[in-house]
Amino acid sequence: MEFSDLIRTGRAQAKLLRGPEAPPLRGTLCLTGHHLLLSPGPQATSELWLLLLRSVDSIEKRVASDSGTITLRCKDLRVLQLEIEGVEASLDIARSIEALSSLESVITSFPFFYRPKGLRLGDAWHFHPPERYYKRVARETNAWRLSEVNEDFSVCPSYPRAVIVPRSVDDGALARSARFRQGGRFPVLSYHHAPSGTVLVRSSQPLTGPQKRRCAEDEELLRAVLAGARPGARGFIVDTRSSQAAKQARMTGGGTEAKTAYPGWKRLHRPLERGQPLQESFVRLVEACGDPQQSTDSWLRRLEGCCWLAHVKEALSTACLAAQGMEREGACILVHGAEGTDSTLLVTSLAQLILDPLSRTMAGFQELVEREWIQAGHPFQLRCAHSAFSHARPKHEAPTFLLFLDCVWQLGRQFPLSLEFGEGLLLALFEHAYASPFGTFLCNSEKERCLCEVRTRTHSLWSGLNQPKEQRKLRNPLYAPNPLAIWPSVELQSLRLWQGLFLRWIRPPEPSEVAWEKVWQIVTDKEKTKLSQPTVSASEPQL
Amino acid sequence: MEHIRTTKVEQVKLLDRFSTSNKSLTGTLYLTATHLLFIDSHQKETWILHHHIALVEKLALTTSGCPLVIQCKNFRIVHFIVPRERDCHDIYNSLLQLSKQAKYEDLYAFSYNPKQNDSERLRGWQLIDLAEEYKRMGVPNSNWQLSDANREYKICETYPRELYVPRIASKPIIVGSSKFRSKGRFPVLSYYHEHKELNAMANRAAGKGYENEDNYSNIRFQFVGIENIHVMRSSLQKLLEVNGTKGLSVSDFYSGLESSGWLRHIKAVMDAAIFLAKAITVESASVLVHCSDGWDRTSQVCSLGSLLLDSYYRTIKGFMVLIEKDWISFGHKFSERCGHLDGDPKEVSPVFTQFLECVWHLTEQFPQAFEFNEAFLLQIHEHIHSCQFGNFLGNCQKEREELKLKEKTYSLWPFLLDDQKKYLNPLYTSKSPKFTVLEPNTVSFNFKFWRNMYHQFDRTLHPRQSVFNIITNMNEQNKQLEKDIKDLESKIKQCKNKPTDGILTKELIHSVHPESPTLKTSLCFKEQTLLPVNHALRTIEGSNPADNRYSEYAEEFSKSEPGVVSLEYGVARMTC
Repeated sequence: MEFSDLIRTGRAQAKLLRGPEAPPLRGTLCLTGHHLLLSPGPQATSELWLLLLRSVDSIEKRVASDSGTITLRCKDLRVLQLEIEGVEASLDIARSIEALSSLESVITSFPFFYRPKGLRLGDAWHFHPPERYYKRVARETNAWRLSEVNEDFSVCPSYPRAVIVPRSVDDGALARSARFRQGGRFPVLSYHHAPSGTVLVRSSQPLTGPQKRRCAEDEELLRAVLAGARPGARGFIVDTRSSQAAKQARMTGGGTEAKTAYPGWKRLHRPLERGQPLQESFVRLVEACGDPQQSTDSWLRRLEGCCWLAHVKEALSTACLAAQGMEREGACILVHGAEGTDSTLLVTSLAQLILDPLSRTMAGFQELVEREWIQAGHPFQLRCAHSAFSHARPKHEAPTFLLFLDCVWQLGRQFPLSLEFGEGLLLALFEHAYASPFGTFLCNSEKERCLCEVRTRTHSLWSGLNQPKEQRKLRNPLYAPNPLAIWPSVELQSLRLWQGLFLRWIRPPEPSEVAWEKVWQIVTDKEKTKLSQPTVSASEPQL
Repeated sequence: MEHIRTTKVEQVKLLDRFSTSNKSLTGTLYLTATHLLFIDSHQKETWILHHHIALVEKLALTTSGCPLVIQCKNFRIVHFIVPRERDCHDIYNSLLQLSKQAKYEDLYAFSYNPKQNDSERLRGWQLIDLAEEYKRMGVPNSNWQLSDANREYKICETYPRELYVPRIASKPIIVGSSKFRSKGRFPVLSYYHEHKELNAMANRAAGKGYENEDNYSNIRFQFVGIENIHVMRSSLQKLLEVNGTKGLSVSDFYSGLESSGWLRHIKAVMDAAIFLAKAITVESASVLVHCSDGWDRTSQVCSLGSLLLDSYYRTIKGFMVLIEKDWISFGHKFSERCGHLDGDPKEVSPVFTQFLECVWHLTEQFPQAFEFNEAFLLQIHEHIHSCQFGNFLGNCQKEREELKLKEKTYSLWPFLLDDQKKYLNPLYTSKSPKFTVLEPNTVSFNFKFWRNMYHQFDRTLHPRQSVFNIITNMNEQNKQLEKDIKDLESKIKQCKNKPTDGILTKELIHSVHPESPTLKTSLCFKEQTLLPVNHALRTIEGSNPADNRYSEYAEEFSKSEPGVVSLEYGVARMTC
């Protein structure tokens, strides 16, 4: 298929409205296979305006006698309006955008054509290999080893090639444990908390089924986890479903660990919202944010009704519970829900951020996202196919990753000096997860990315973000390394709506952003004055 | 002292209302003539001024003792458990007496002694000079003059002696107008806005009912629906009921916030002030503001409007002037609204608190426009209730003169100015021209729950690190470093002029080179480094899993709880 087949009209005169604050742009509208461009004409001062078609979430068209209006709602929550001359042209363009923005083929998507200056293909794919972290843990603990049982993705299609497992369990046992877990996701190490010697482990649900089946190798695996920590160590299984939901899962072949089969482990149920209800919560919140005229009462009612902050609270408190179990109680923690690819990752990644100072650095956080979300098999392509504006009935969409970013933002608000990155990085990750010129968030698993040759044929987001010119947007100027665990308050009085994301395009550019610039200025002033001191003493020899 | 039956009770427990239910501090409770003092086993002191106490309750006896709950006007709530019921009863009765005084002369301000002599005290009172302020605004001028009509408080008891009125308003006109207005509060100048071609005035006055448009030429009405003091009082009560609950669910919190109506009221006040500022700047109109008596809503709208119009009021000194002018001198009934004396509870209302909250919302929207920070607002709020200084005692100027406050008490403002470092906003940009008018956006998203006011004493709810502290410190360091550079450069210059003195130069440079500036970061960080405890158990101030209810399951853990070291330090009040 050629893109040109889908482009009915490639060119038209148009006016672009970008929200109440930005001035409208006029010029020639062009449609290419991946982009919508507005060229303002030769004498205009403004630059070329460019929109990745992939970031269009929904399209609405209206026609008048000799023109048409297209409303584009984007995945980053922006709302754009195009006024196009000519009824035919506007309808054609709308249909073309509709077709091009919903193409499902990965290998014809823009990342496979994006060749930015200054970056070389394949350069940054080795930025954050999880193997590096796993090797370190294996070296430090002596109780864990890297396994290549999943080398060809046959044991677990959603796991990466390398995983880290208890040293005493061999690959054969792993394969059998995998058969006992949904999607083959047998228990693997997620994080090793060195100060307490405990570990965070994640998996999917066990396939006990109505007959309450057991699996000796799976039991052995979890026994080995405890034995690796210290003699007599306890374990907690944090199941992210309600106990009722976990019981019900038996009817469809799933289930949860039986007490008697796993001595030393105790099960706790912490139901977290997932799937469609979570997506609906997101949609309702964005709807509420789209209405600036509403009364204070109506706004508070809708904020309550959408429940988004309840999900933030639950996710954070479950992560805190897991972290508390490790750090304060010296217990090992296993986290799983059903598939183990959504709320499970939410809990394990947040728990690390709370406990581990390294994961709060710029590089460490990127490594965490790479290891605990991308490599761990969060199905980004399915979950982020649509954002909050789509009219299509959601199938697999769910803003789990966005919920994670929101929780991180809350941590950053409560510990404003402890994260090396700022809101800018979180916003960038949100944008790129939903639509990106880079290949990092493509596909649903490492296996699929290998099939599509993502590593060799697209650029990594990390190399894009780690260019020096991007840093000012992404870094927290106030960062001061903090060696301690950061325990957030999860009371609602302490949680806030992430205005920088949800109201980003609705409110006028915040004076507080200007103030943030001022903070940068103060910090860089400080660096400048510090630097200029040696120059003064350097003039010493001249004297 | 006759009210105090027991002065000291030992083995009293203090519960934190937001941490896990069974956690408490044990210590000794002392009762003094002015304060309630609790010293816990870590020697940390909690002082509560009797005047701050809004409500004392004795709850039903439990196995561990007799619970005593004290709610304060600064939104502190303390929950003690006194081992013996008799002691609890004594303290309860004493506090009931001590927290409600019948006479002004029994208030703390009349006994408070900061060790200043009379001339220092007087100078303190002269710090804010309203005549000077009217001069700054540009009155008297060709249109406005100082009227002596109220010199003896004969026309209006609740106005100050000095009033500015239009030049053409003769005394008979003033007298006539005052008879037509509730409590004699005829229209007088509140703020004069002088800027290039604009020439407009905000006035204030009281009226019951409203003016008939036919009888006034060239006038337009605008009704802004700000509710009365009774609605505001019960709204705040509802708000406090909601946020006082621990472990709130999203729907409890937001539906409670909504049904309290509090943010709606804040928005109404803000909208009115914006309307006023727009009328003056955009339409060059003069504005007359009144409600029924003109000392509550009128004060809110006039002072907030002035704050939007004139950047002077956004400075520390200017804000004091604004409060003196629009609130104190024009007769906002502080003593009745704050319940300083044992009086009619129906007169109590958080009108001034709302004003401070509106200002806070402005500081959130315009982080660089104010010289002062949130701590300044909280401190002022503390003192409208403390009765420690004379400024807010009484209900009008006449009453204050009769109480001889300037001779018998101290003014708050010089104390705040002495401490002003604490109250400076590090992001303030003073370069904005005088008439930069703030145009706040009042979409509903912008109205947020003011946690740092209503939970200022609930340390577990606060951000754990303070951006404010670190920026302030960096600013100071920058200044110091720049000064060092200048010093060094001037020394280099000197030395270059005397090239023979090589040895001395070297020495100089070494001696001046500043020792690396110790990074004074937030309170919490300073403490971290002080803690010699086991790494795994160290924690940031207020950030301890046991203080945060992550789950009922936390109790599962604590069955074999190894004594978790809890690190209690001073309350971290300032936040970003």
